[in-house]
Amino acid sequence: MNMRVHVDMELCQSHGQCVFAAPAVFSFDEDDNLVHQETAAESMREAVVRAAAACPVRAVHVGPPDEGDVSGGAAA
Amino acid sequence: MSQGLQGAGILVVGASLAGLRACVVLRELGYDGRLTVVGDEPHLPYDRPPLSKGFLVNQDEDVRLPLPDGLDIDWRLGRRARALDLGARTVEVDDGTLLPFAGLVIATGSTARRWPGPTPAVGVHVLRGLDDARALRTALRRGGRLLVLGAGFLGSEVAASAHGAGVPVTVVEPEPQPMRRAVGEAAGAFVAALHRRAGVDLRTSTTAVSLIGDPTFTGARLSDGTEVRAGAAVVAVGAAPSTDWLAGSGLRVAGGVVCDHHARVLLEDGTPAPAVVAAGDVTRWPHPWAPGPGLTLGHWSHATEQADTAARSLLRPQIPAVYRPVPSFWSDQYGVRFRSVGLPALADSAEVRENDPDARRLDVAYYRQGRLVGAFTANRVGRTAAYRARLATELHELAG
Ligand SMILES: Cc1cc2nc3c(=O)[nH]c(=O)nc-3n(C[C@H](O)[C@H](O)[C@H](O)COP(=O)(O)OP(=O)(O)OC[C@H]3O[C@@H](n4cnc5c(N)ncnc54)[C@H](O)[C@@H]3O)c2cc1C
Ligand code: SF4
Repeated sequence: MNMRVHVDMELCQSHGQCVFAAPAVFSFDEDDNLVHQETAAESMREAVVRAAAACPVRAVHVGPPDEGDVSGGAAA
Repeated sequence: MSQGLQGAGILVVGASLAGLRACVVLRELGYDGRLTVVGDEPHLPYDRPPLSKGFLVNQDEDVRLPLPDGLDIDWRLGRRARALDLGARTVEVDDGTLLPFAGLVIATGSTARRWPGPTPAVGVHVLRGLDDARALRTALRRGGRLLVLGAGFLGSEVAASAHGAGVPVTVVEPEPQPMRRAVGEAAGAFVAALHRRAGVDLRTSTTAVSLIGDPTFTGARLSDGTEVRAGAAVVAVGAAPSTDWLAGSGLRVAGGVVCDHHARVLLEDGTPAPAVVAAGDVTRWPHPWAPGPGLTLGHWSHATEQADTAARSLLRPQIPAVYRPVPSFWSDQYGVRFRSVGLPALADSAEVRENDPDARRLDVAYYRQGRLVGAFTANRVGRTAAYRARLATELHELAG
């Protein structure tokens, strides 16, 4: 099963910690905006959870794809 | 998991970023024994970076760190640890209580250095905690000039934030450029230009000879022969690891509590103390890039990542986790996003790859003996991520 990855772009300050932790899922585009995959393979979970924990503004959330509320993933 | 930690449980000293992160990871790893946290501030853990940025000049934004469900912590807030007895396995708190522990996490961070000379009793601030930030904000609202003593990251940020709120600011810095010790001359000159373009009165290669006012601060005499009148001063001359309570404990303290690369704390004889770990600003630890006695870092990411390692090493002493990070740090000034990766301060040479004050962009790569050891950028986060990846490879090769 894939997991869903959500970034609250209102919060994101382009710290890049998520990009450092999981470059396969998060990256910066040419204009230095954060882009990320909406879903990621289960095998990426550890890296994505690490990315969520590393984000200084707690903008990264992880959840299963069918879940409506994807908040709170950082601490789960 | 180590069964020995169950009885008296785990005691965390320092209720902030590193201490809380250690607790979260301990619970994530399945530790279900007693967890006690002692902190000398009256507050639950909160985030410090906003304190020198928006928080200082805006309304009281919420800076509390989230407390995940199920932490089940016995908080002892407003209590200062004053002595550690490794033999008895207790920590003595300032109300005389002895807290027993089976496992100990040292996370007491660092303390702002005070002004070394005579200091007026009123109006001279430091900025380390929430209460400091609130006091300084109140002082800024009273009007008058702000004198910032020291133009490191903290002093530069405070100057930028205060200026943004319409406060006239003078910054005094003994070095020829701001932030020079951390990021060198070129990057420092870039920051100096930001201050000066904004209209901040930046005096480099200048020191404050004396602070004037008794009991209330009114200004300072400077080494350039002038006198600055100001309503408040901020002393931003660095921070020192908070290790006073470890004196005489048998732990090795040398500019921080000394750890190995598993975040285990070392005894004076250099062997790891059983079930004692440390994380964050308080530690001195070995890094392949750092010569000699190792590093102390006052970085947000360092505190969280080392706390992660500390929790793992404490719970699984047979397979201690390894802490060998590419350090990273950020700073926001005048709307410019500075990002640092690696350890620019250790470099013996720097290569300026972009320096565009009009576009407010900067890209500097740092080398030591020909090898990349760091990068510092302004408004170039994409490049920072690329540097970070290169540095991770370099580090991996070096560590073998
Ligand atoms: C104003 C400010 C702005 C910052 N901005 C940035 C930034 O933009 N980017 C960045 O990367 N980093 C920044 N930092 C650094 C970052 O906040 C620190 O690296 C981080 O807080 C370190 O966490 P820590 O838990 O190790 O220590 P601390 O956060 O210092 O916490 C230690 C806690 O232990 C308590 N304590 C100390 N001694 C005792 C004792 N004997 N008994 C009980 N409790 C004790 C202290 O009061 C404190 O609550 C900033 C720091 C400050 C102060
Ligand atoms: S770590 Fe957080 S703030 Fe930084 S880029 Fe990722 S989501 Fe944005």
